[in-house]
Amino acid sequence: MAEPTAAHSRAPGLTEDDAGPLLTVRGVEKSFSGVHALRGVDLTLARGSIHALVGENGAGKSTLIKVLTGVHAADAGEVRFRGQPVAFTRPADAQDAGISTVYQEINLVPLLTVAQNIYLGREPRRRGLVDTRGLNRQAAELVQRLGIEVDVRAKLGSLGLGVQQMVALARAVSIDARVVIMDEPTSSLEVREVETLFGVARTLAASGVGLLFVSHRMEELWTLCDTVTVLRDGRVVHTGPMAALDRVGLVSLMLGREASDVRAGGTTDFGDSHAHGTAPLLSVSGVQVPNRLRGVALTARPGEVVGLGGLLGSGRSETLKAIYGDLHTTAADVEIDGRRVRTGSVSRSLEAGIALLSEDRKAEGIIPDLSVRDNIALAVMPRLSRLGIISDSKVDALVEVFMRRLQIKASSPRQKVRELSGGNQQKVLIARWLATEPKVFLLDEPTRGIDVGAKREVQGLIDELAEQGLAVVLVSSEMDELVEGSDRIVVLHDGEVSGELTGDQLTSAHLLTALAGGTPSDTSTSHPSTSDTGTAAGAGRSDRG
Amino acid sequence: MAEHTATAIESAAPPPAEETPDRRRGPDGAWFRRNGVYVGLVVLVLVNLVITPHFASTGSLRLQLVQVAPIIVVSLGMAMVIGTGGIDLSVGAVMALTAAVIPLYIGYGTLGAIGAGLLAGVLAGALSGSVIARVGVQPIIATLAVMVGGRGLANIMGGQIKSIRDPGFRELGSGKLLGIPWVVLIAIVVIVAVALLMTRTTYGRQLVAIGGNARAAALAGLPVKRVLTTVYVVSALLAALAGVLLVARNQASDPTRLGQLVELTAITAVVVGGTPLTGGQVRVFGTVAGALLMQLITFTLVAHNITDSVAQMVQAVIVVLAVYATVGTRMRRRSRA
Amino acid sequence: MSTVETTPQAVGTSAATRRLQVVQRIQQQGALVVLVLLSVIASVQFDSFATGPNIRSIALQASFLAVIALGMTFVIFTGGIDLSVGSVFALGGVLAAWASQYGTLPALLVPLAVCGAIGLVQGLIIAHAKLAPFIVTLAGLLFARGLLLFISDEGATVYKVPADSGFREFAQGSFLGIGFPIWLVVVFYALGALILHRTSYGPTVLAIGGQEDAAELMGLPVARTKVITYTASGLLAGFAGVLIASYTSSGVPIIGVGTELQAISAVVLGGTLLAGGAGTVLGTLIGVLLLQVIANVINQVGSLNSNWQDLVSGAILLAVVVLQRYLAGRARR
Repeated sequence: MAEPTAAHSRAPGLTEDDAGPLLTVRGVEKSFSGVHALRGVDLTLARGSIHALVGENGAGKSTLIKVLTGVHAADAGEVRFRGQPVAFTRPADAQDAGISTVYQEINLVPLLTVAQNIYLGREPRRRGLVDTRGLNRQAAELVQRLGIEVDVRAKLGSLGLGVQQMVALARAVSIDARVVIMDEPTSSLEVREVETLFGVARTLAASGVGLLFVSHRMEELWTLCDTVTVLRDGRVVHTGPMAALDRVGLVSLMLGREASDVRAGGTTDFGDSHAHGTAPLLSVSGVQVPNRLRGVALTARPGEVVGLGGLLGSGRSETLKAIYGDLHTTAADVEIDGRRVRTGSVSRSLEAGIALLSEDRKAEGIIPDLSVRDNIALAVMPRLSRLGIISDSKVDALVEVFMRRLQIKASSPRQKVRELSGGNQQKVLIARWLATEPKVFLLDEPTRGIDVGAKREVQGLIDELAEQGLAVVLVSSEMDELVEGSDRIVVLHDGEVSGELTGDQLTSAHLLTALAGGTPSDTSTSHPSTSDTGTAAGAGRSDRG
Repeated sequence: MAEHTATAIESAAPPPAEETPDRRRGPDGAWFRRNGVYVGLVVLVLVNLVITPHFASTGSLRLQLVQVAPIIVVSLGMAMVIGTGGIDLSVGAVMALTAAVIPLYIGYGTLGAIGAGLLAGVLAGALSGSVIARVGVQPIIATLAVMVGGRGLANIMGGQIKSIRDPGFRELGSGKLLGIPWVVLIAIVVIVAVALLMTRTTYGRQLVAIGGNARAAALAGLPVKRVLTTVYVVSALLAALAGVLLVARNQASDPTRLGQLVELTAITAVVVGGTPLTGGQVRVFGTVAGALLMQLITFTLVAHNITDSVAQMVQAVIVVLAVYATVGTRMRRRSRA
Repeated sequence: MSTVETTPQAVGTSAATRRLQVVQRIQQQGALVVLVLLSVIASVQFDSFATGPNIRSIALQASFLAVIALGMTFVIFTGGIDLSVGSVFALGGVLAAWASQYGTLPALLVPLAVCGAIGLVQGLIIAHAKLAPFIVTLAGLLFARGLLLFISDEGATVYKVPADSGFREFAQGSFLGIGFPIWLVVVFYALGALILHRTSYGPTVLAIGGQEDAAELMGLPVARTKVITYTASGLLAGFAGVLIASYTSSGVPIIGVGTELQAISAVVLGGTLLAGGAGTVLGTLIGVLLLQVIANVINQVGSLNSNWQDLVSGAILLAVVVLQRYLAGRARR
């Protein structure tokens, strides 16, 4: 790194080589072990532009950012930075070139001071040693210029999250960046802090820096950004001026459904609605999780599939985890068949007849090195044993029934689960939970990342389970799956229930509107900037793409 | 149990297996990782048959087996701990502790002394186990503390070498049944017991499940803390048993020397045997073969006038290579928690 | 990995950090308070404790461990661990005593070269092959011990430093009535503090220990920093060996068993978090002194032998890490 003094005091601005767009991405492809994350992505970032990058989970936003910042190398395609083709192999390379990133999780060191964090690795020196006074002075000047009020000698960790995020931005700026990528920088900020952050962002844009801005808080996009690129399934589905889109339009682009164009037949394998009982089997109310859930309530009757709708970060997964006892709640009332379940303990929830198919198959589901057989029997092992000795015949019988019923494709029950395809791994997990004979089955994205065939089978199975009298709660980011699979959809927004769709309202159009923040009956487009929903500090802090 | 599940609609036989996309590094690497230890063992035996005189004599073989038996016993406990993704550095100190306790209780008869020795080990294991599982201290630190503290305690209780003049211990150390030394027989019993524990019991399955994916295991309602606590108790119990065997064989208790660096030998045996340090698998017979292989390497070097010190350096290199082979080029490092 | 947990972590950062700072402060000041209290009690209880010779002896005894613990401090800052220091320390001593027959300079350079090389190789394996530090340094422990037995005829030979060698002066000499090793420790720790606070390396070490991925994303030289840290640890452990060889005029093969634990204990007692990312250099020095005073007190109590020191060290380390977890866990609720 060159003289840091020069680096920071020279305001990032136009130089003569800056004709044309700052950053051009052409046909970038990236796949991970055969799964395409990016398929021919194009993107152009102009000087002084604040460019929104949006998309649902798995759309490829994070992968694109990682390609741009040198964390991943692209498989194909070209990235040009200030007209020159570039291929960064390390984050340090991208930073040295002038592309810096502010991440959602603050990637700074809490126990170092603000000034140390800003210039970490590029400290000003005097006689070979770090010039602490100079460091603090430079940092103070920088934060002042950016309009951030903070004592640069304070330990970063002692500051609020908003200020920390601002420091991260100051670090990004201090390297004389021409492109600043902001990956959900606001997800944990207060409203006031967001305003300061936006002020800094606008100052930067005015000086010619290009900003790429990722956020799940829709309203922010119109406030801050001039251009938007929408990604879906690794492809760019839309690029254009921000103002030309309204909120419903944007949501339909993200979800891949036109509000006016809802196909009648549907694309899923779900049957018609299910006949169900009247008394709720599962009854949940007042679920409080600090910063995430604010009094969520829902019920599910036997034989009913209740969909849980909401955009990223609305608290869908958290609701399921709280019901299952896996998430620490400050308050929650969960009843099965009218009997209260003590929350906060997974094993008690299991005993009460609740099962949770977790969203993250790899991290929270499969035990990769165990066999299909052991994975299926995992949760019921004690029931298939006497005095701690496993009854092989009982396990084999159970495993055979489930492998047959769910059509799990494996060379033998002894095959390791890691060797199965995603769809079959998912079926193994479903089998694990069905073996516990649950009354209530919570399904978090049951068809994510599995092939079309397996998807249809899983969807068929959900119907079948409901017919057998289970109460099913279904979380899915796919509109068709949610709309066609559910008998009722509870819509979450910002950790609260914001609405419910029943009967005739169970259409993609209604759901789109509900997700975009309107009321189910109001299918007209409400202009985002006037909408007041979701301006409070978002719970957009759970799952990100 | 199978009642409601038997309402299955689909009755087609499971279709044939599809391709296996997630197989790591091709079949050759996996095969070698799994069976390399047996190959090495066979090769080394063949080499010794040619180059080492009297290698195949019953006396020589018996001596080899008697020497390796306690190592095998310790290594199996270590393998179980490693299967959970942990590590137990305290096994050598536990052996010393047992050795220190035995002379103190020899007045209560052979069984009384053995019982006291094993109990001392169990207590040490319960200490590390609860600190690791309940408090959440990293296994390496907890067992390191027990290793040094335990050795200190053993020296305080035991002090100098004490010879054990007890007929029971003499029989255990040098007696035979059908020509097979008791020490070897006990090791065989332990091997069979651990193999059964790992394959036939809920405990064994839960143990590897926790090592393979602790988060998933917890979500499946497994008693993670209990399993983690007990695995250190089992490891310490086996280490204590190894201590008993060594005291019996030496007819003496030497807490200062007994079990020095045995933790490293045990870890090597486990890793060479194909059990990954990241947990999730316990290879019982691989571990036994690993212990035999390391013993045979040392024997071969020493039999050809290469000193212990060089053998030690060779062992160090083998440890790193074996770990490298099991980890491969994948960036898999156990997180610290 | 699940991304579901990402932001809650970020949300917890400031609270967690404040908690860590509290834990650290309690430990650091705690160690100091215990050190002072123990010294006062010992002065009252044992006439021989607060005497010039005894204090000098404590300081001298502590200096060897202090040098080793300094290297360990930086290793633990990175979130790693170095179990090889005890063996490398002993190896350094034997090499120094052996090389002293060729002069003072070889007695200094040979052990540093060999021990530095061991540290370097360990660092390279840890940083580039990404093997767990404990297993690599455990193998290093075995290797160094093997090498030392090899050059000392399986431990049978104890090399003596020639009586006329200037090398003896190195640790036996004194300046202003204070032994050279103590001066060296003062210089080393001042340098250590300077490096921690006034170079890029210091904060980088803490950043790696705090969150390695973040350090990588910040573009910091993670691998190089790790290699430097393990090399430095090897060098310092070897240098402690040089000191002890000069001090005892001999290279004793059996020393250094369990020294790694003492070094780790000192670091942890000094308020450095075992998980990495936080701590001070001065804290380690306090930790070393505390351990040494405990050892001295155990010696003063005539009925206790040195084995008690091992027992007490083990117990103290366990107590401190349990306390660390407990305080951290309690603040989380």
